[in-house]
Amino acid sequence: MFDIDSYHKADTVDEAIALLSQNPDAVPIAGGTDVLVRLHGHNPDYRHLVDIHDVAELKNITMEPDGTIVICSGVNFTDLAQSPIVSTNIPVLAEGASSIGGPQVRNVATIGGNISNGAPSADAAPPLLVLNAQVELKGPEGFRRLPLHEFYQGPGLVDRKSGEIMTCLRIDSSDYKGWSGHYYKYAMRGAMDIATIGCAAACKIDGGKVAGIRLAFGVAGPTPLRCWRTEEKAQGSVADQTLLDLVSDSVLGDLRPRDSWRASKDFREQIITTLSERVLKEAINRNGVSIP
Amino acid sequence: MAVGKSVQRVDGVAKVTGKARYADDFTMPGMRVAKYLRSTIAHGRVLTIDTSKARALPGVDGVFTYQDIPKNKFATAGHPFSTDPGHVDVADRLLLTDYVRYMGDEIAIVVADSDITASKALSLIDVEYESFQPLVNIEDILGDDAPEIHKGTGNVVKTHSFVAGGNLEEVKEDCDHLIEGRYKTQIMQHCHLENHTAYAYMDDHQRIVIVSSTQIPHIARRIVAEALGMDAGLIRVVKPYIGGGFGNKQDVILEPMVAFLTKNLDGIPVRLKLDREGGMIGTRVRHPFDVKVQVGLDKDGTIKLINFDALSNTGAYASHGHSIVSAGAAKTHYMYPRAVYSCNAKTIYGNIPSAGAMRAYGSPQMTFAIEAIMEEAARLLGMDSVEFRLKNGARPGDKSQITKKPIMTCGLLDTIRKGRELINWKRKRKEWPKVQTGQLRRGLGIAIFSYGSGTYPVCVEPASARLILNQDGSVHLQVGATEIGQGSDTTFAQMTAETVGISFDKVHVVSAQDTDVTPFDTGAYASRQTYVTGQAVMRTAERLKTKILDYASIITGLDVELITIADNNIVIAETPEIAAMSVRDVAVDAYYDKNRGGQITAEVSYKARNNAHVFGCTFVDLSVDIPLCKVTINEIYNVHDCGVVINPLGAEGQVHGGMAMGIGAALFEELMVDPDSGKIYNNNLLDYKVPTIMDIPDLGAAFVETYEPSHPYGAKSVGEAPVISPAPAIRNAILDATGVAVNELPMTPKSIFKYFKKAGLL
Amino acid sequence: MNRNISCTVNSKLMTWQIDIRMSLADVLREHGYTSVKEGCGVGECGACAVLIDDVTVDSCLYLAVWADGCNIRTTEGESKEGKLSPVQQAYLDTGSVQCGFCTPGLIMASTSFVEQHKGEKVSREQIRKGLAGNLCRCTGYDGIVRAVEQCIDTEK
Repeated sequence: MFDIDSYHKADTVDEAIALLSQNPDAVPIAGGTDVLVRLHGHNPDYRHLVDIHDVAELKNITMEPDGTIVICSGVNFTDLAQSPIVSTNIPVLAEGASSIGGPQVRNVATIGGNISNGAPSADAAPPLLVLNAQVELKGPEGFRRLPLHEFYQGPGLVDRKSGEIMTCLRIDSSDYKGWSGHYYKYAMRGAMDIATIGCAAACKIDGGKVAGIRLAFGVAGPTPLRCWRTEEKAQGSVADQTLLDLVSDSVLGDLRPRDSWRASKDFREQIITTLSERVLKEAINRNGVSIP
Repeated sequence: MAVGKSVQRVDGVAKVTGKARYADDFTMPGMRVAKYLRSTIAHGRVLTIDTSKARALPGVDGVFTYQDIPKNKFATAGHPFSTDPGHVDVADRLLLTDYVRYMGDEIAIVVADSDITASKALSLIDVEYESFQPLVNIEDILGDDAPEIHKGTGNVVKTHSFVAGGNLEEVKEDCDHLIEGRYKTQIMQHCHLENHTAYAYMDDHQRIVIVSSTQIPHIARRIVAEALGMDAGLIRVVKPYIGGGFGNKQDVILEPMVAFLTKNLDGIPVRLKLDREGGMIGTRVRHPFDVKVQVGLDKDGTIKLINFDALSNTGAYASHGHSIVSAGAAKTHYMYPRAVYSCNAKTIYGNIPSAGAMRAYGSPQMTFAIEAIMEEAARLLGMDSVEFRLKNGARPGDKSQITKKPIMTCGLLDTIRKGRELINWKRKRKEWPKVQTGQLRRGLGIAIFSYGSGTYPVCVEPASARLILNQDGSVHLQVGATEIGQGSDTTFAQMTAETVGISFDKVHVVSAQDTDVTPFDTGAYASRQTYVTGQAVMRTAERLKTKILDYASIITGLDVELITIADNNIVIAETPEIAAMSVRDVAVDAYYDKNRGGQITAEVSYKARNNAHVFGCTFVDLSVDIPLCKVTINEIYNVHDCGVVINPLGAEGQVHGGMAMGIGAALFEELMVDPDSGKIYNNNLLDYKVPTIMDIPDLGAAFVETYEPSHPYGAKSVGEAPVISPAPAIRNAILDATGVAVNELPMTPKSIFKYFKKAGLL
Repeated sequence: MNRNISCTVNSKLMTWQIDIRMSLADVLREHGYTSVKEGCGVGECGACAVLIDDVTVDSCLYLAVWADGCNIRTTEGESKEGKLSPVQQAYLDTGSVQCGFCTPGLIMASTSFVEQHKGEKVSREQIRKGLAGNLCRCTGYDGIVRAVEQCIDTEK
């Protein structure tokens, strides 16, 4: 039995917003794989719940006429990984989705929960960052949209205001059409594990040169991070080993991995530099250029 | 006949259909919940503890602290009572403590009507501590000014040393090469899927009944009696199906407390169930070792001397204490028994969770060190690693330098040859490049092991069995030996069927031990049950068979010498196709004839006075991704000489499970304790990396059968040994692949990273 | 904080009044489905795995209220008229049951996997990935992979 003090169930997004506003101590619970673990640990901040598990309007994945992909926050990771829209157009997100936990976790955990709890290790985050995803929230004041990298504010901290629910993630067609990506989760176990380092790369190669490049890491800083400076340096370069070396030499300058009992800083740096080269190489390969 | 066949487990259907009931699947009306209050410091004293608010909470039946418990210290280790005063377990435990010795030490306990109430009550207890320096590192523990974790001990539990087979200094002089190394192994946890749980209630004003997930019900009875100052005959311990133990349930951990609680709460049923986080620190762990090994060799590759200095940390309380390093030292001697064997062993206390029995009991730690230094030795001499083991490994007839007794059966060299073939060692050695330069490198490794079957002559080895013939011609078998998942119930049923002459499906094994009813046996540990209890089962089966035949002789008029039992019938021995009558009809007559017979039963209590050594090896082929510091096992084989294999499918399962645990020890698992604060970081199944199905490759298990003369079916043991050699074999393969000698466990990526960096590979 | 839920469990319709604080594992066990085991309580070990509308879920980390209207399967219901299901039998055939504590959860995860991949050719890697949410400490997983292989082969 969980030590729940108050529980309200919402059937719609507007109902959820109203309930959250009426119960300022309450947190939303969707899949439960994060909130219930905290309750198992007697965390007092999670004792008041607004249940959005069965809100039907949060469970869709659609493509708008202009090609924008809309992934509602209540979609679970199994559905996300198996969605034809995702696996055809943005397979890097399917890679991230299918690396989370294990089958049982993926069957109930939601992308909204994974992003909203602000964990720097979220496997959906680096893929979404290299897709330039936008977060959409709805609150008592209405809708709000902001880029995912601005949504993340610090370790475990996101820009979700009181009374707001994340409704969906939006990916513009210009951010995926013609792009290729790859996500690699480096962890201590082959399943049921949190990333030690997560790395996503996306690129668009035109005439053998980098027309677009994005690199993002999880667990390499207080939030999932894009490597803006490295991306700038790489833009326009020939897609070859020199580019890979440039990227792996530069990438640590964009990140802030730290020492923890889980892994030391210099170990993380070793993995980060290695992955930056390998993951980017694979993304480039998927965009049609094979670097020997 | 049943022995040697892969018959389906007797408890298989119960387990796959969910009908098998474990301790938590039983409940009683009004059963209460007990929860421990655990210390939040690793070393210190409780100055004040205020339970008044907790007591006042509605739904709370009682709150107990160290002030309320009996003050007779007891030992928790799962060993039979020792009649030798020089060989007694250290009695350093009370039910609750005010002197805190590890983070999580039990300082109070709450009994309430529900889990939530009990948790709330715990949060209402106010504790004031005085902190002492946590002693986690060896230098801190043995430092001159170190506070004593147990008064009067200097933080040392015991030391012992011996030299077997020669004069140490003389042998050293005589060697062409003398090499040494230092190796460290980690704190590991068993992570059996079923956590520790027990409940107790009282039958009247005196008798306490305990139902517990334990490997050792009879020993638990004795220790509960000691802890509470009661007569053992007033304690009844019942063991239902249990969900794994691996040695962690070879300690009496929860039983004395639930007995105490029910006794002090008027006999109401109380359940004490540990959650995973509490269980990982509040039960037992594997002793971490720090071993210095010195090996002396002739230039032709003969090992002349193995000399080691082993330090074992038993944690906050002794539990199995010095027995672990002592057993490890003794059992590993049989790997290379022709060498002089010298040992200095010391066991110390530390402010870490209490270390106790864990699968293979000191041998994995010692064997890691020994097989690592042997690998260095082989390479120093330019010898092939396998040839080196073949040259020096144990042979039948070799005499132990320690006991002077000859090894009766020893298939070690055959297991090595078989493993070498299975992994294609020779072909790979020939085809693989001598020098590898890429980011991905491949290596081969071997490690050998020796182990025992039971604890004789160190401890007594008692076993008993009772067989009852039923009216339908089936039998019920009662043994004090415990089924903990390893398949012992099935093994005994096979032995019974084989010896009595009835079919396997006619043997009903009473799986739940009940100390009120079940004949005495010390329980499941030391890989003793097939070997020791099997000897009692065989003798009991023979006795029952004799009684059945004697009675059948009366009924049929046929001379006892002429008949035997086969296929559930009394048959003519010379022509078994001729059946005189069925066993069932014999039973009905015996039960119900007005003038003759009675219930036909047989009971034997037996003490084994032999030990049979088992041998084997692990071969591994692995790849190392150097920049990512990741090891991937391509192929891995364990080959075992465990005597005659009673149930091939069952034995294979035991080998696979041990291999997986060995791989976990090699590459994944470590319970991490902060050396400054004594805080435990990863007491949960996410952060403590028990291997998942993705982390264990396909496993190869093979057997070389020998026939052990001291056992009625030629069997030895296989329960623990499989976990011993995978880690050193993997370590040796990493050395082969990269040239880097990793001398500590676990060889996780972050550990390998440090070694690779030091070696200049990164 | 009570609520009524109505669900089918092993094809039988159940209507229960439950405390909303209870997990599905709590409720199932309370009503006699003791095959649902607690190994960790946080969805890390899979010992509590059941099928909800044929999808594998860790019931310890699932509020009982969410099961309203759902079809739940536990291993108690997998045998039909005293005959073991193909998955249950395969576990016994390959020697993949030792202490049995992980067994109910693994059987349900395996059953869902076999049903999803009926008639397909699957690799051992896929089987491993499909069962990756269940820990076993006794068997080393080898027999378990072969048990699922055996079931999928027979399905074809």
